[in-house]
Amino acid sequence: MSAAIELTGITKRFPGVIANDDVNLTVEKGEIHAICGENGAGKSTLMKILYGLQGADEGTMAVNGEVVTFNSPNDAIDRGIGMVHQHFMLADQLTVLENIILGAEPTSGGGAIKFKEAEAQLAKVAAEYGLTIDPNDLVETLEVGERQRVEIIKVLYRGADILILDEPTAVLVPQEVEALFDNMRDLKAAGATILFIDHKLDEVLEISDSITVLRHGKTVATMRNDGVTAHDLAELMVGSELPTPETGESTVTDTVALSIQNLTVVDEDARPVLEGIDLSIRKGEILGIAGVEGNGQGELVDAIIGTAAVSAGTIGLLGNDITKLSVRKRREAGIGYVPEDRHREGLLLDAPLWENAALGHQTQAPYGSRWFIDRKGTRRQTAEIKEQFDVRTPNIDVSAHALSGGNQQKLIIGRELTSNPSLLIAAHPTRGIDVGAQAAVWEQIRDARANGLATLLISADLDELIGLSDTILVMLRGRLVAQVSPDDVTPRDLGAYMTGAATQDDGQAA
Amino acid sequence: MIRRIAFIAAAPLAAFALTLVISSLALVVFGSNPIDAFSDMIGHASELETQVDILNRATPLYLSAVAAAIGFRMNLFNIGVEGQYLFGYIIAAQVGTMLALPAIIHIPVILITAMITGGLFAAIAGILKVTRGVNEVISTIMLNSIAVAGIIAALQGRWQPEQEEFTATTLGTAPIDDTGLLPNINGLVEIFTREIEQGGELTGMLLVAIGVGVAYHLLLTRMRFGFDLRASGLNPFAARAGGVAPKQMIVAAMFLSGAVAGLIGMVELAEEGRFPADPIQGLGFAGIAVALLGRNHPGGMAFSALLFAFLDVSAGILQSTQTATKEIVNIMQGIVLLAAVIAYGITKRVQTREEARATAEALQSVETNTEVTV
Repeated sequence: MSAAIELTGITKRFPGVIANDDVNLTVEKGEIHAICGENGAGKSTLMKILYGLQGADEGTMAVNGEVVTFNSPNDAIDRGIGMVHQHFMLADQLTVLENIILGAEPTSGGGAIKFKEAEAQLAKVAAEYGLTIDPNDLVETLEVGERQRVEIIKVLYRGADILILDEPTAVLVPQEVEALFDNMRDLKAAGATILFIDHKLDEVLEISDSITVLRHGKTVATMRNDGVTAHDLAELMVGSELPTPETGESTVTDTVALSIQNLTVVDEDARPVLEGIDLSIRKGEILGIAGVEGNGQGELVDAIIGTAAVSAGTIGLLGNDITKLSVRKRREAGIGYVPEDRHREGLLLDAPLWENAALGHQTQAPYGSRWFIDRKGTRRQTAEIKEQFDVRTPNIDVSAHALSGGNQQKLIIGRELTSNPSLLIAAHPTRGIDVGAQAAVWEQIRDARANGLATLLISADLDELIGLSDTILVMLRGRLVAQVSPDDVTPRDLGAYMTGAATQDDGQAA
Repeated sequence: MIRRIAFIAAAPLAAFALTLVISSLALVVFGSNPIDAFSDMIGHASELETQVDILNRATPLYLSAVAAAIGFRMNLFNIGVEGQYLFGYIIAAQVGTMLALPAIIHIPVILITAMITGGLFAAIAGILKVTRGVNEVISTIMLNSIAVAGIIAALQGRWQPEQEEFTATTLGTAPIDDTGLLPNINGLVEIFTREIEQGGELTGMLLVAIGVGVAYHLLLTRMRFGFDLRASGLNPFAARAGGVAPKQMIVAAMFLSGAVAGLIGMVELAEEGRFPADPIQGLGFAGIAVALLGRNHPGGMAFSALLFAFLDVSAGILQSTQTATKEIVNIMQGIVLLAAVIAYGITKRVQTREEARATAEALQSVETNTEVTV
């Protein structure tokens, strides 16, 4: 039996860059095959070639044993290859059924869409692969995980039996990841072949049958998922010893930087999303917040930064009450902010890097003053950040969107740390960036801690939390439910507190 | 650097070339000779008096474009420039008639009155947006009707001076003393050229418009407020996290937009000396087109205001020489706008790709230097 996909010697050059260099990849029928690699290792380019979005300069591609050339995604779909993009391409105002048939509507002679027939066909496909979805739900009412399922069914509906999933777990919360993996196992059982990109190694190890690692555009290894460890994979990806998040000696001082008392925040329906939060962070301390996403961490950050209204309680920074201050006053008082979603809250993607460096600090030297922007000072400072934080860019005039995720994050971390904050709020500071950039970010947070910075660290990566934090608080349904020391806690223990499976006697952490 | 300039110039030049081609085709279809028509237009525009007309027309168009652009820069669509300038115009005219002051105070008082009233009128839409969530497109369109059909219609009747005999020239508000009228700047131009004939008067508002353009440029590139404004337009969430108060920004930007709009009517006021019964209309909407063509850039809008003014003024000569229908100028304005929007879209995409490539190259060179052996 021939392989589902066989790529031989695929090479793709862009001006000045070789994205794929003699890549060989064999995906057997009916297996789940993971592609891992750092950002920029050439994973996405390879998938684009496979899906007909880009042509390879050299090499051959065979699907089910036949050598093929794709000029467009339609050619790929004709051969049974379908792709689910990381960012969903669904029309919110249409129903699930309408989205699925969009572009491939069964029509009668007069042009009317045969919805009944489409629904029957959809039900057949869904049953075949064991996927459940209500075809008449509006897409805007669906959760992220359900939307992804719609995307997958859409591809199956078009007759694909080889699925390419581009970082399918990046947008999902842990429970949804589990549901996705269950679906993937069902798909495999029904005979589908799945090729997926991921850089969360534990996920790769959990779900895949085979793994291919790419580095600098080359295939460095293909292996069966049999006795491989995350550590092995990571070393193959970066090609050197792995960095680990460790803080070493405690640098915690006695000076309280942030002190929050009895903080309560309510949502539009006056339901509390944060209730009775008490916490304090001292200078030189990293306080980690663990919790399943959506349990109030975002609201806590918004309340501290000043973008959410506080209904009760006080927030103090270095002994001054900042509860009533504007966002700008708080930033000026020394709050640095690394947002959870850098594209949404951290950057002006269409503006040059040097303007991005000023964002959030435009009222203060060296970036500006009450009235003016100091262009020279800003540019000098940006060049400084570029050097000091190793932001890889040809110059500081390129737009922020041209940088890779890791370099964008380094710019943000650089701009926040060089403004000498007394408090840094770091929400998922290493999310979606490659291992190399991750190590750099950890290093910088550690250095800042040694210099007396108080840090509020929110992360879904429990190893990161345990490795960096001096103290860890666990959040569940808007309350702090446990306080643990990173020295004697395992990710498993934290998981139990996060889901409410275990509780601490006092309930409320100090 | 040369690449950058090429990028900036490529789109408008391509749009202009396309406009010439399509409008030539249109002229041929209409049975006119495009070469005759274009040479008539250019010949006409090379006369000093026509150039004065073009500048007089371009001045209010430019002010209107800047007013619209201030909103556009933060994704606020102020469609109400029309109402704001007419409202500012009549109030300033009436205030001007009630005062007797030396020119050095009288003129600024009138201009500032127009700016403040235009600004406040626009701020209504801003306040409605931040307090009640009313979309500014809807509210400014409605405010246009309220200004023109409501307030101005009512005030015009009330402020009409009592006269025994109404003639076309005495309708409107009462005339302003000469001290309130901005003088023409013929003298300034005639230093460099021959004397302007046929009673042509170059509006003094041209200098004000240039000042507004410079101020707009400095606001956006040098001032902290301008940075906040652009940041809000590029990414309101990031701007908010960066300390920009979104509600205050919206009201402030609307006020500023309306204040510049208030100046538009001052061009005609200086000529007429009163708010006439039949004031010039449509400049507010034309300004949106000029801002779009000029990409909200102070220099780009100056260029596009001059182009639109040239086309407007050319309508007259085409009509009198009968070489082509005068409507061709409207067709050309439409085509140049469409062509420009398309061309900007294309260059933007090319530029984005170029930038991504250059960045990838820079990254590549770093990585090959630090290549790790397995």
